[in-house]
Amino acid sequence: MSDTHAQTAAFVRDSMIQQQDPPVSQSGAVKWVRENLFSSWLNIILTLASLWFIWAALSHLLPWMLRGIWQADSLAQCRAIRDELYGPDVSAACWAVITERWNQLLFGFYPQDLYWRPVLAFVLFLVAIAPVLFQGLPKKMLGFSLLSPFVIFWLIWGGSIWGPVAIALGFVVGWAVTRYLTPVIGVLPGVIATILAPIVYWLLVAAPLAGLLQDILPLGITPVGSKDIGGFMLALVIGVSGIVLSLPLGILLALGRQSDMFLINKVSVTFIETIRGVPLIVWLFTASLLLNYFLPPGTNFDLMLRVIIMVTLFASAYIAEVVRGGLAALPKGQYEAAGALGLDYWNSMRLIILPQALKISIPGIVNTFIGLFKDTTLVMIIGMMDPLFLANAIRATTDWNGVYWELFVFIGLCFFVFCFSMGRYSLFLEKKLRREHR
Amino acid sequence: MSDLALDRQIDRSQMTVSDEVAIQITKMNKWFGTFHVLRDIDLTVYRGERIVIAGPSGSGKSTMIRCINRLEEHQSGTIMVDGTELSSDLKNIDKIRSEVGMCFQHFNLFPHLTILENCTLAPIWVRKIPKREAEATAMHFLEKVKIPEQAHKYPGQLSGGQQQRVAIARSLCMKPRIMLFDEPTSALDPEMIKEVLDTMVELAQEGMTMICVTHEMGFARQVANRVIFMDAGQIVEQNEPEAFFNNPQHERTKLFLSQILGH
Repeated sequence: MSDTHAQTAAFVRDSMIQQQDPPVSQSGAVKWVRENLFSSWLNIILTLASLWFIWAALSHLLPWMLRGIWQADSLAQCRAIRDELYGPDVSAACWAVITERWNQLLFGFYPQDLYWRPVLAFVLFLVAIAPVLFQGLPKKMLGFSLLSPFVIFWLIWGGSIWGPVAIALGFVVGWAVTRYLTPVIGVLPGVIATILAPIVYWLLVAAPLAGLLQDILPLGITPVGSKDIGGFMLALVIGVSGIVLSLPLGILLALGRQSDMFLINKVSVTFIETIRGVPLIVWLFTASLLLNYFLPPGTNFDLMLRVIIMVTLFASAYIAEVVRGGLAALPKGQYEAAGALGLDYWNSMRLIILPQALKISIPGIVNTFIGLFKDTTLVMIIGMMDPLFLANAIRATTDWNGVYWELFVFIGLCFFVFCFSMGRYSLFLEKKLRREHR
Repeated sequence: MSDLALDRQIDRSQMTVSDEVAIQITKMNKWFGTFHVLRDIDLTVYRGERIVIAGPSGSGKSTMIRCINRLEEHQSGTIMVDGTELSSDLKNIDKIRSEVGMCFQHFNLFPHLTILENCTLAPIWVRKIPKREAEATAMHFLEKVKIPEQAHKYPGQLSGGQQQRVAIARSLCMKPRIMLFDEPTSALDPEMIKEVLDTMVELAQEGMTMICVTHEMGFARQVANRVIFMDAGQIVEQNEPEAFFNNPQHERTKLFLSQILGH
């Protein structure tokens, strides 16, 4: 700027303004309330109506819950205590039914003196799943995670320790075939042998081997039958097994559906469409009734195992479709770059494609898991003792005839804790991956 | 067209061509459905040659170099790479792919891996090189493309030019004998084109066998020892760069050159 212009300037600031705080009405909580709750007449009316609605709901619920009676032997006694404390027309929850029967809701008819076993199994499950969910933990814990299914199985069902050991050895057989036989006989025969060898072992060798080992060195704990397992424990056993098994199966099905190989493609598509097209209840009936017609007479194939297989197959079809969405969302260039670097199919899937596709699919996968977990209550229809079945059984006794809200609130809360945790974990994982991969 | 590469002093003395055949394409034909996209392609590439392929879009130039490492499958004729014939034999394909590096228009870095992991992945899993050694090699090539300081970032944090240089380093980590470039600068801002071309020039000076599909005519003039012009799925003209640019023979080539160099 030249001097002549400076002399003719219309405005020259003589003092600079210091930084000031914004007005109270434009910052903090006041601003938030004004903007979000009372920004216009319509919003004011809606806010007041919502507040009234929340008050109306809580004013009925909270007194009912908080007045609740925790110690009583029957509903009649509950009512007597209530009449004495609050008067006959006041509503009060009878939580005593939970205090009295919580063990049945959680464990079914599992022997009371053995409750420590499923509890320990649950703790071990949490330890086993931790390194899978959180990468910060030492990698060595994964070894325990691999071992844990057999330990947990043994703790819950009890019996000879050699049963689970013999079953676990099947996986060792499969590993040994891959490790030592495949280099000798080639890849394709190797894969077939890896699948067949453990199956043959389980069908023919495992049971006699377990028996033999038990004869040599009897080691075991009191066996508990599947029919005694019930309540929330049943939901957890079926739900967790279904979740753990359906993810790998679902991923394989999704890859199969994408495959160029005609037979694999068509088998995957047929499987997914058939399983998905029929209600879960039909499959559960198939598991409980029809399978008996197809199996050779005299075979005793545990009902719980059959249900777990059905639930797994059912969930895997859904997982497959969710993962397929993730695979389809990846740009073609990722497949090409992996191929151009010389990576073979399995390596490029494992290292490049699936990590990205699964990341995209996380919300859908967790959604399917939550659905699967809640669907375990359907096993009540085929006579298994899930929490709802037991709630009905408790209500059928003379002591607790007429109680219902309290039981269902408790069951709902138990399911909510697990489903909400899964949802939160999914959000945590999404955020973490987004931060990492930017 | 960018002539950014023109101001470089290039020592062509190092760029020797041997008479060993690196790639031999004979009577190669390809169809997309019923569309005849490549017609009777005959091409011999000698070791150490830098070939630039030019041509209008849809002329089949990208498809042709993608056939060389089997990203596209040809339907008749033969392609020999380093003496190995490309057929549906998966072993041959994987072998050729690990010998032939490729850079794409859109870089195709793996967004879930860091720059260093992008570079070490294939050496570790395909070449079975120990991780430590692979990382040392990767750092060497990242230094060569002048971005060693970005090694622990993710591709999304880098500019386009940096990403393309990482893509080149990633290919080099496999120690390829041939490099294919599929329009490596087409998706870049003009400022970034230079840094990528510089890297490619350096590579050429070290004697790498290169086939580049590109519209960078300055690069072609300086570095290529042969320019191939394609149209309608066939090779229309090929010549040394001087002759190609100053004295094009075919009418189609003249039209193409007048259009891209005319302004």
